[in-house]
Amino acid sequence: MKTTSKIILAIVAIAIIIGGVAGYIYLSQPAGEEETVILNGSGASFPYPLLDSMIAQYKQIKPNVQINYQAIGSGGGISALQSNLVDFAGSDAPLSVADRELAPNALHIPETIGAVTVPYNIPDIPTGLHLTGKVIADIFQGKITKWNDPAIQDLNTGIVMPANDIVVAHRSDGSGTTFIFTGYLSAVSTDWEQEIGQGKTVAWPIGIGGNGNTGVAGVVQGTEYSIGYVELAYALENAMTVAAIKNPAGNYISPTLETTTAAVESKASQGLPAGNADWGNVDVLNAPGAQAYPIVSFTYLLVYKELNVIPGMTQAKATALVQFLWWVIHDGQQLGPALEYAPLPSNVVQIDEVSIQSITFNGQTLSTS
Amino acid sequence: MNWRLSGDNLFKTIATILAASAGFILFITAYTLLTGSTPILQRFGLYFFTGTQWNPVPGREIFGALPYLLGTLVTSGIALLVGVPISIGIAIFLVEMAPRTLRVPISYLVELLAAVPSVIYGLWGLFILRFWILDYIEVPLSNYLGWIPAFSGTPFGLDVFTAGVILAIMIIPTVSSVSREVIQAVPDSIREGAYSIGATKWEVVRHWVLSYGRSGIFGAVILGLGRAVGETMAVTMVIGNAIGPAAIPTSFFKPSQTMSSLIANGFLEATPASLELPAYLGVGLILLLLGLSINVVAHVMVTRVLKIKGGAVE
Repeated sequence: MKTTSKIILAIVAIAIIIGGVAGYIYLSQPAGEEETVILNGSGASFPYPLLDSMIAQYKQIKPNVQINYQAIGSGGGISALQSNLVDFAGSDAPLSVADRELAPNALHIPETIGAVTVPYNIPDIPTGLHLTGKVIADIFQGKITKWNDPAIQDLNTGIVMPANDIVVAHRSDGSGTTFIFTGYLSAVSTDWEQEIGQGKTVAWPIGIGGNGNTGVAGVVQGTEYSIGYVELAYALENAMTVAAIKNPAGNYISPTLETTTAAVESKASQGLPAGNADWGNVDVLNAPGAQAYPIVSFTYLLVYKELNVIPGMTQAKATALVQFLWWVIHDGQQLGPALEYAPLPSNVVQIDEVSIQSITFNGQTLSTS
Repeated sequence: MNWRLSGDNLFKTIATILAASAGFILFITAYTLLTGSTPILQRFGLYFFTGTQWNPVPGREIFGALPYLLGTLVTSGIALLVGVPISIGIAIFLVEMAPRTLRVPISYLVELLAAVPSVIYGLWGLFILRFWILDYIEVPLSNYLGWIPAFSGTPFGLDVFTAGVILAIMIIPTVSSVSREVIQAVPDSIREGAYSIGATKWEVVRHWVLSYGRSGIFGAVILGLGRAVGETMAVTMVIGNAIGPAAIPTSFFKPSQTMSSLIANGFLEATPASLELPAYLGVGLILLLLGLSINVVAHVMVTRVLKIKGGAVE
C-alpha cells in the first residue's frame, strides 16, 4: 500500500511539473508571435553600459529578438568574430591589417563616441587647468616633472602653480582608453611617437598603474599633485577635476558630450572611409572644429558584410541583426546622453546607414525596418 | 561474492582514474602553457627570463619577464616576513595561552579572514589600508631611513611594500590555522616534561613546542608562500603596476608588478595574432614552474627535517 501511494504521489508531482513547464512555454510565446531569434555579440567593455540599455530597450520593441552581449574586451571580441563564434563584435580600436585578413569583409560601424579626459588632483586648483597635448605627453614621459614647470605655468597665467612633483597615473590593464590616449600623444608629440607609440598597453616609462578607470581614478583622487586619464563617462559621473585641452583651433576645450560630438562632426565632414574599407588609420583626434575636444574616438560594432559566413545564420537572424543595427544608430542614440555617451552626429549616421544597407545574406540585401 | 568482487574492482578503477586526473590536469596545463609560449621562447630565448623590457606595441615588441619574477619574489618575501611571525603568534596564543572561552571564537575569526574574497582585500587596500601604511609607516621610514636604497623614493602607498602587507594579511589564516594544528599535535607529555624540569612558558614554547613542530610549521609557511605567489587581484590593486625597467623592485616604495598581476592586467585585451598572448602564457609558465619548485623544495625540506628529528609530528 505504501509503495502504491508513493507512486501515485510521484505521478501527480511529475504531472504538475510538466503542466507548469508547458503552461509557462505556452504563455511566454503568445500565439501569432514570430519565432524567437537569438543574436550573440561580444567585445569591448567601454560601450557595454550603453549597449546593455539599448538591448533592454530594444527588447520592448521587438520582444522576439534576444540579444546577448558579453563585455570580454575588444581583443576577445575580435577573436570571436574571426572564429565566427558571434554575430557581431564590439571594438574600441579599428581592425589592424593583420586582424582584417582574419576577418575578411568585416564592416566598421561606429556606434558611439568615446573621449578621454585628463583628471588631476592639485589642492585649490579647480577644474579646467589649461594643458596642451605636447605638455601632457612630456608629463607622461617624465620630461616635465614639476607642476610649476614653465611649460605648464605659461599656459595658466592666472594661477600660481605649486612646486610639487607630478605623480603620473596610467591604466595597468590593456584598454581602448589607453589606445586612444596614446594615439593622441603620438599625434601631438614626436618624442612620444618615437619612444613609446600607441597601444592598448604601452611601455610606460614612469608612473603608477591602476586597474581600470576605477584604479586610475583611485590613484588620482587619493594622491595629491597627481594626473591621470580616464574615459569621459567615468569622469562626468564622478565629477572629476579635469583639464581643458588646447585644440587645433587654439581654444582650450573642456571634455563634455557636446564638445565630443562637435569633434566627431567636424572631423567626419572631412570624410570617412566606407564601412567595408580599411579603417585602420581612421582617427577623430585633433578635430578642426572651434569647440572640438581633441581626445575623441569612435567605438565600433564589427559585422560581416556577407552574413552567411557565420554558422547557423538564418534569414530571420540576419534580418533581425540588420534591424537592430539600424535601430542602434538611430533611435538607440537617444539613450546615450543619460549614460554620458556622446550621440553620433548626423553625418556619421549617414555613413553607417550606407554600411548597414550593404549587409547581405546569401547575396540578398536585407530590410532595415 | 563474484558481484562484490567486480564492484570492488570497478571502485578501484574509478579511484585510480580520479587519482590520475590530478597528474593529467597538471600535465595539460603545463603542455598548454609550453606550446602557447613557444613563439615567444623561440623569438627571445633567454632574454624572456632575464630581460627587463616589456613592450606590446606593434612593431616594437620585446618581452622580458625578469622584473615581474622579482616583483613576485619580493612581495611574497615581505608577506612572509610580516605574516609568519603574526600567524605563529596567533597559533601559540590559541593553543598555549588562550582560555577555553576565547579559543574557539578567535580561531573562527582568523579563519573568517580566509573567506574574504581577494578583490575585497584589494579594494580595502586601495581605499583605506594604503593611506594608513603611507601615513604611519612609509612616510616616517622614508624621512628617517630614506638614505638606505631599499627605502628610497617618494612613497605613495601603492608599491611593493603595501602589496606585501596585503599579502601578509591574506596568508595569516592559512599559516596560523595549520600552525595551530601542528602545535596542538605536540604531545602534552613533552610540555609536562619540560615544565617539570623548571622551564618557563617561553622556554617551553621556544625550545620544545616550536622545535618539535618545526617541520609542520615550515609546511604551513610554504602553504602561505604558495598563496602569496599566486595571489592576483588584491596585489594588482595596490602594487602600482609599473611596467618594464620601472617595475624592478629596487625599493620598498616603488611601484612594481608581479607575474600574476601582469597576466591579469594584460591578458584580456591582448591583441590576437600577436606576440603579446604567447608572452603572457610564457609568464604563466614561469609562474607554474615557480609554484612547482616551491612545493618540491618544501617537500624535500620537510622530509629532511622529519628524518633529522625522528618522531616529530607533521
